[in-house]
Amino acid sequence: MLRYIVFRFFAMIPTLVIASVLIFTIIELPPGDYFESYIAELQAAGETVDPKKIEYLRTEYGFDKPAWQRYFGWAWGMLHGDFGYSFEYERPVSELIGSRLFLTMLLSFVTIIFTWVVAFPIGIYSATHKYSFGDYSFTFVGLLGLATPNFLLALVMMYFAKVWFGTSIGGLMDPKYINEPMSLAKLGSIFEHMVIPVIVIGTAGTAAMIRRIRANLLDELKKQYVITARAKGVPPVRAVLKYPFRMSLNFFIADIGNILPSIVSGAEVVAIVLSLETTGPLLISALQSQDMYLAGSFLMFLALLTVIGVLISDIALAILDPRIRLQGKAYK
Amino acid sequence: MTNSSLPQSGQPIGHFVSTDPFDPLAAETLTPEQEKYYFASQLRLIWWKFKRHHLGLYSAIFLTAFYVVIALAEFIAPYDLAHRHIDNIYAPPQGIHFFEDGEFVGPRVYQRVRTLNMEILKREYANNMTKSYPIKFFCDGDQYRLWGLIESRKHLFCAGEGGTYFMLGTDRLGRDMFSRIIYGARISLTIGLIGITVSFVLGITIGGLAGYYGGWVDVIVQRIIEVLQSIPSIPLWLALAAILPVTWSPILVYFGITVILGLLDWTGLARAVRSKLLSLREEDYVLASQLLGAKPRRIITRHLVPGFLSHLIASATITVPAMILGETSLSFLGLGLRPPITSWGVLLNEAQNINVIVLYPWLILPVVPVILVILAYNFMGDGLRDAADPYH
Repeated sequence: MLRYIVFRFFAMIPTLVIASVLIFTIIELPPGDYFESYIAELQAAGETVDPKKIEYLRTEYGFDKPAWQRYFGWAWGMLHGDFGYSFEYERPVSELIGSRLFLTMLLSFVTIIFTWVVAFPIGIYSATHKYSFGDYSFTFVGLLGLATPNFLLALVMMYFAKVWFGTSIGGLMDPKYINEPMSLAKLGSIFEHMVIPVIVIGTAGTAAMIRRIRANLLDELKKQYVITARAKGVPPVRAVLKYPFRMSLNFFIADIGNILPSIVSGAEVVAIVLSLETTGPLLISALQSQDMYLAGSFLMFLALLTVIGVLISDIALAILDPRIRLQGKAYK
Repeated sequence: MTNSSLPQSGQPIGHFVSTDPFDPLAAETLTPEQEKYYFASQLRLIWWKFKRHHLGLYSAIFLTAFYVVIALAEFIAPYDLAHRHIDNIYAPPQGIHFFEDGEFVGPRVYQRVRTLNMEILKREYANNMTKSYPIKFFCDGDQYRLWGLIESRKHLFCAGEGGTYFMLGTDRLGRDMFSRIIYGARISLTIGLIGITVSFVLGITIGGLAGYYGGWVDVIVQRIIEVLQSIPSIPLWLALAAILPVTWSPILVYFGITVILGLLDWTGLARAVRSKLLSLREEDYVLASQLLGAKPRRIITRHLVPGFLSHLIASATITVPAMILGETSLSFLGLGLRPPITSWGVLLNEAQNINVIVLYPWLILPVVPVILVILAYNFMGDGLRDAADPYH
C-alpha cells in the first residue's frame, strides 16, 4: 500500500513539471510584455512614464533575460513560496491569491460533496427502477443540466433569488466581511452565499455522475451473484446494498478525478458571472492585461489543486479496492 | 436390420443412390432476407441499427434541418444581420394572431406603438389593435447575396408593407433577434465541426503513433495527455484565447478559437485510438502486411484505423457539444469571438447582467437553440455509439 502511495506521489512530479512548462509557454506566447502595454496605457492617458522605474522593474524581474532563464527563475521561486510579482496590483502574487485560492478550494470541495449527496441516491434509484417514470424524469433533468451553459444557469438563479427571496446573491460573503479576519460569522455568511454557486457548478457534474453510476450499477445488478442472492431470498434492498452498491462505490471515488477539473473550470466561469471572490475574475483580468506572473501562478495552482485532488481520489480508491493496488505494483 | 442382410465378404455393399439432382450448397443457401442481412456493408448495418434508436434518429434529423437552415440563413432570416430598426430598440417579441373580429384573417401582426416611460426611462411598446399587417411568405426584404453568388431580396417570411415582425424581439440597437440567432447558428454550429476536425486529426495521429510504436513514444504521449486532462480546461482556454492578438480580423479570431478548442480536446480521442491500436496491432493481418513490407503509415491508415473509425466518429460526436458550450462560454466572457462576428455566445454576451434579464428577458433566448442543439448532439452520439459496432 505504502509503495503504491509513494509511486503515485512521485508520478505526480513529472506531470506538474510538464504542466508548468506548458503554462509558462502559454503565458509567454503573446507578443510584448506587461510593461509595453503599461507604457502605452499611461501615454494614452497623457501621463509621463519614468523610464528608470520601468527599466528597474524589467531587470528586477528578468525581462531582459532569455525565456528559459525566466522559466527557471519562476519555477525555482515557486518551490520556495515566491510566486512572483503582480505588476498590475504592484503586490506580490502570494498576497493576492491566498484568500482567493482558499475560497476556490472551499467552493470546489463543497461542490463535490453536493454532487455526491445528490448523485448518490438518484443514481441508485435510477438503476433499481430502470425505465420507470422516476428514472426517465431524472435522466431528462440531468441531460438538461448537462446541456445548459453554467453561466446562464447562474444568471437565471440570480434572477429568481432576487424575485423570490429578495436577496442579492452576488459575491461569496456579506460585503461587511470582506477584508475581515476569518470568524464564525464570516464563515456562516460564506456558506449562505455559497448555496447558489454550488448548485450551479454542481449541476453538470451531478448529471454526468448520475448517468455513470446508473450504467455502472446496472452492469453490476445483472451479474450472477446478485441473481443468486435474490433467488436465495435476500430482501431486495439488502441485495442491492450489500455487494453491487459497494462495487459501484469504488467507481464513485474514481470519478472524482474525472469531475474535479470540470468543477474547477465551471467554478471559474460562474465566479465571473456571480462576481465571487474566487480566482476566476482575477484570472481573467490578469490574462487580459498580460500580468504574467499572476496569471501563470493562478493556472499553476489550479493545476496543482486538481492533480492533488486526483491523487487523493486515487489513494482512496486503492484503499477500497485491492485490485488497483496490485495493478500498481505490477505496473512498476 | 440384422446381420443376415450383410453381404458376403468380398462382395460390394448394396446401397441406394438417389437420382435426384444434388445441390451441395443447399444447407448454406440464404433466404432473400438473410442474404440482404449477411451481405450488407458495415455502413448499411450501422444505418439499420441507428434507425432503431428513435431519439437518436430524430435528433439527427433535427440537426440536419438546422444545418440546412444555416446554409440558407440569408433567406430564412427576415432581416439582415446588421439591419437596425431605430424605432424598435429593445422591442419585445411580437405575437401573431389569426382572428380579427371573430373572422379568420390568416397570420397577422398588430402595429407597434412606442411610448417612452419618463419615470423609469424605458421604452414601452403596445399593440395598436386597430391596425395590423399580414405575415407574407416569400416576400421582398433586405437585399443579400446567397453564398456570395445569388443576389436576391426574397425572404421566407416578413410583415406586410410598412409593418415589422420581430418574432423574438430586438436588441439594444434594434436588430431582429430571430435573424441574429439564425446567423449566429452559422458560426456556433460550424465551430464545433471545425474544432472536431482539428482534434480528430491530432487524436488519430498522436494516438496512432503512441499505440503503434509503444515504448518511450507511448510514455511521453501518455504523460502529455495526463497533464492536459488534469488542467481545468476553461482556464486554459481563457489563457489561450487571451493570446490571440487584438489586431487579428474577426475571421482569423474565429479560426484561432476553433483551433484552440481542438488543441485541447484531442486527448480523449488519442486515448481511444491508442488502446484500440494496442489490441489491434497484435492481429495476424498486421504482421502479414509488415512482412509484405508496408510502412507504418500505410499500416495505420489502411489497415488499423478503418477497423475502428466508426467508433471514433461516434465518440467525436459526443464531444461536439463540449466545443459549442466552450465557444459560448468564451464569447460570453468576452474572450472568444467579437462582434461583428455573431455567434450564440456573442449574442448572450449582451445578456451578461441581471438588469438585462429583468428588463429584456428575450435577450437570453439564444440559449434555447444552444440547449436544443447540445441535447440533440448528445442523443445522436448515444445512438451512433450503440450502432457503431453493428456486429454485436
